[in-house]
Amino acid sequence: MALGAEQGGRLAELLSQHEDRLTNRWIEIVAGSLRGRLSRAELARQVQELHRAVADAGRQGIGDLADEHGGELRAVLAEISTNRARQGFSATETAISVFAIKDALLELMEQERGEDTLRDFVAFSSLIDQMGLFTFETFVRARESLIADQAEQLLELSTPVVKLWEGVVAVPLVGTLDSARAQVVMERLLQTLVDTGSPYAIIDITGVPAVDTQVAQHILKTVVAARLMGADCIISGIRPQIAQTIVALGIEFGDIATKASLADALRHVLRLTGVETTARRARRES
Amino acid sequence: MERVPILKIGDILLVSILVDMSDQTAVQLQEDLAERIVATGCHGVIIDITALDIVDSFVGRMLSTIASISKVLDAETVVVGMRPAVAITLVELGLSLNGIRTALNVERGMELIAASRADDWDAVLVDDEDTETATP
Repeated sequence: MALGAEQGGRLAELLSQHEDRLTNRWIEIVAGSLRGRLSRAELARQVQELHRAVADAGRQGIGDLADEHGGELRAVLAEISTNRARQGFSATETAISVFAIKDALLELMEQERGEDTLRDFVAFSSLIDQMGLFTFETFVRARESLIADQAEQLLELSTPVVKLWEGVVAVPLVGTLDSARAQVVMERLLQTLVDTGSPYAIIDITGVPAVDTQVAQHILKTVVAARLMGADCIISGIRPQIAQTIVALGIEFGDIATKASLADALRHVLRLTGVETTARRARRES
Repeated sequence: MERVPILKIGDILLVSILVDMSDQTAVQLQEDLAERIVATGCHGVIIDITALDIVDSFVGRMLSTIASISKVLDAETVVVGMRPAVAITLVELGLSLNGIRTALNVERGMELIAASRADDWDAVLVDDEDTETATP
């Protein structure tokens, strides 16, 4: 049942007439459900803001939360629920902050019993329900964007490209390699090759728990792309189990150099670049 | 008609492709390059494709043809400066630039050519020594 213009006016009148009493009761109910995780001053500020927005909307003759008079109210609700979502409150706790006005309003209207009280309350109640649902939706949206941000951060964190030596970069892969991550790794590695002008790259898969045909395909593509650009890739950190899996699956690495450990790969690259270690020189001279 | 300039740096010819290639430009480039290799006696050709956003099968074939022509004239071809996005696209399309050597930038390309020429000279010198010792 939608709110009529007359009822909206009555709601606004009721709200502004008993402002202090209503907000105090409202704060009390909400504070009980939040168990002191939000300071009382902060809560009072939010409640008063919400109270003012509802009263204004009622005065303008709001019929439905989605109509043009509800813009201000929607903005206030969205701000409150987004903040709550960021601060880690649950959806119920956030929704109660809105629904508590119903209890406070009911107590008030019981005392001021008039002929249209029931009808009015049902209409107010439907507006408040809409407000609650809107809060819930905003809450979920805020949470989802939070999760998306974190997933992106995780993706960036998990694919560092490090410089091992002059002209040698390495990508230590940790965790499962899916298509999205493989794409990021590939782009990041190739870009680093261009930026640093390194002709050698080592892809270390020590931290990859399992290598199936798809993962191998991604790694091979990266290696071929690097070759097209004029850089050579070495795959290192192949654990015994993974070596067995690779052979069992019939994956061919062709003429791509594979090494058991990162140290072996670095040694291999240094030999290719002509860097001479003291150990090797000693061996040659003896 | 647009022509691609060919610069001579020491023993190397440098070709920078800055515009999208048309059939005519490509053919013209092949002719010019062949003439310049013969005229200058250079032993290395560097093709810089840093500016190319798109490398399709047409450009790929052109590069292959240039490499083959240079090979016949005893010059080594190195393609340099391929962008990551281009490389990824080529891999996804399954196109491989067969018989073409690549390097990250012009500097690396020059090193590559210098290194392979040095190898050749070494081989020649070693052969000479061998023959000298074999036939005293």
